[in-house]
Formats: sequence, C-alpha cells, structure tokens
Amino acid sequence: MKCRVCGQAACISLKSYNTALCREDFVAFLEKRVLTTIQKYHLINETDRPIVAVSGGKDSLSLWYIMNKLGYPADGIYIDLGIEDYSSPSLTKIRNVADVLKRKVYVFPFREVFKKGIEELARTIRRPPCSACGTIKRYIMNRVCMDKGYNTLVTGHNLDDEAGALFGNILYWKDEYLWKKNLLLEGTEGHLSKKVKPLFLCSEREMAAYAILNNIDYIYEECPFSKNAKSLTYKSMLNKLEEASPGTKLQFIKGYLKQVKETERKESDFCTFCGYPTYGDMCNFCRMLERFHIDKTISFEEYDARDLDTQPEVMT
Amino acid sequence: MKVEWNGTVYEFDKSMTVLRLLERLSVNRESHLVVVNNKLVTEDSRLEKDDEVKLIRVISGG
Repeated sequence: MKCRVCGQAACISLKSYNTALCREDFVAFLEKRVLTTIQKYHLINETDRPIVAVSGGKDSLSLWYIMNKLGYPADGIYIDLGIEDYSSPSLTKIRNVADVLKRKVYVFPFREVFKKGIEELARTIRRPPCSACGTIKRYIMNRVCMDKGYNTLVTGHNLDDEAGALFGNILYWKDEYLWKKNLLLEGTEGHLSKKVKPLFLCSEREMAAYAILNNIDYIYEECPFSKNAKSLTYKSMLNKLEEASPGTKLQFIKGYLKQVKETERKESDFCTFCGYPTYGDMCNFCRMLERFHIDKTISFEEYDARDLDTQPEVMT
Repeated sequence: MKVEWNGTVYEFDKSMTVLRLLERLSVNRESHLVVVNNKLVTEDSRLEKDDEVKLIRVISGG
C-alpha cells in the first residue's frame, strides 16, 4: 500500500477515511485532527491553564505529548491506586514522558492516604472497584485543578470509548446518561473545573499507532479490574461492525454530536468541607475520608521534569 | 516466522500477507496493529519466514 499523500510505502491503512499513510503523513494527520477538534469545539482558549489526566496508557500519554507539541503546554495528574504490577510501571512510563516534555506531574498516592487498596476500599463501602475508582478519580482530578490553579482538565477519552459508552447507554436506554456525553463539560468557578476530550474523534487504533510511531512507551496491560467490563464487549462488537463497514464508529459519534443538545446541569449544593458539587451537605469523597478517619487535607507528590537537575520531591 | 500475540508465540512456515495471518488467527483488524521487525505495517505487507511479528491489541479501558 502506498501513502495517499507522498506515494512512499504506507505504515497504516485507515479504512474509515479510505486512505493509507506513511509515518510522517499519519503523524501530521492525527495531530491536525486533534488541533481541529480543539479549535472547532473551542475546547481550550489562550488564557486556559490545562492539565492532562494521565494513566500510563496510549491515549493519555499520546494526548499529553500532542498537546505540548501543538503549543498547549500542559502538566499531568496521575492517581496512583497502588495496584500491584500495574500502578508502578504506569508511573514509570508517565515520568519518562514528563522527562521528554519537561513538564510536571502531580501524583496522588491513594494507598498511602487510605492505608488500603482500591479493592478493599470498594468492598468496605459495598461498591464495585471501578465505581469507587471513578468517584476518587473525578474528585482528585478536580481537586488538583482547584488547588494548583488549573482551569481545564483534559482527558484521553477516544472515539471507541465514547462509541462504546453511547452503545451501552442506548442498549439499556439510560436516559440519565444518554445525552451527557460531550467534548466539553463546563465547570463552575471555584468549584468544578472545565473538562475537555480532544480525542473524541480519534480511534484507539489511531492512538496506539501514534504512540508506537513516536516511541511513546505506554503500558499495554489492562487494569486488572477492567477484565470483564461490559464496555470492552461493546467495543469489540463495534469493531466487528467497523471491520464489515468502515466508518461506522465515526458516523455513530458524529451523528450523536449533531443530535446532542446542551443539557443543563442540575443545580447542586456544594460540599461544606471542600466545595465540591454535591446534592447533600457533604460530597461522597469527604464522606469516605470521614468514614476512614482520614484528614481532609489533600496533598500531592510532585515530579517536576522542567529542569533536568530537579529531583522528585514531595510537596503539600 | 514467529508471531507473538496475547502472550503466546506462534510459528508459521509459509509466507503470507498480514491480512491472511489475521484471518488465520481470527483477529479483528480494527482492534489490532501489526508490527513486523519493529515496524508498523499495512495488511497487504508480505510476511517472510525470518520475520518477527507482533500483534498489538489496541482496546483498553473499563
């Protein structure tokens, strides 16, 4: 197969675009797609101070790399859940990218704070590990924005994540979630940061190819708790459709974006302890801290690679 | 050729295209990338007997 742009040998075929591209032209193509998404949907403004939620996977690390390359300087935030053989290698890969980008990464040491693993915590509060993890991640990522002066949280949700979630919400007609997916979720001054998803229209296959072609070393292993997740089944089914009919996922999501209307966020109160939006006096996270007798002061470990001589240090 | 996929190494004697390999292993094209001798390749690439092939699953998340 030849590259559609330059005629050299292609390294990837993109059937949904009916094209094939070489390394240089694919990298340019993907970066342009991310830039166009940011600009078209007004995800990040000149005055914004973005931070990328990094996991060590292909999507978030590539997104972090692309944003800094495109002129959107951004630091990173990582929630270290202390999962054996998974969290530590992930953090190593995140630090490697931070070194390349010369950026800072904040790390929330979950196991140190809670004195237990996510599985044990989930069991105690009688929730599935992924549900407890989601609550903690959403809170901590917002908290780092509020405490450290970032106003835009950038996540690596890709086309397949969004198509899979939409597919699940339609299958079970989950009205409460169905129209909440979007590239941009507005924040509330002083309480909730803006959230944006610049990879909304980029597939997982494209993101993995981008990481490989740019020597971005990412963690291939799955989070051990996600092994039987329904979302993986939905993604596999959509990929079968995609193989038979290229462009299906993109049409599915683009069609959704045409239909989606601005949904007004329900008015909520704010947690009396931390200011996070909640429907009661206290948010779920503060409730968790109280239950486990943990101090409500949140601190982050900070790895700063902006100066080659800088060593990792602990800051509060 | 040696083909590494999902923690297992498969051996094939016969030359074939990447597409044929994916079909033989019943691997979905959309959820995998193919790296041959450390280079990303397209489905029409021909695999020879000394090639080292890796199939990389790209689906992640929960």
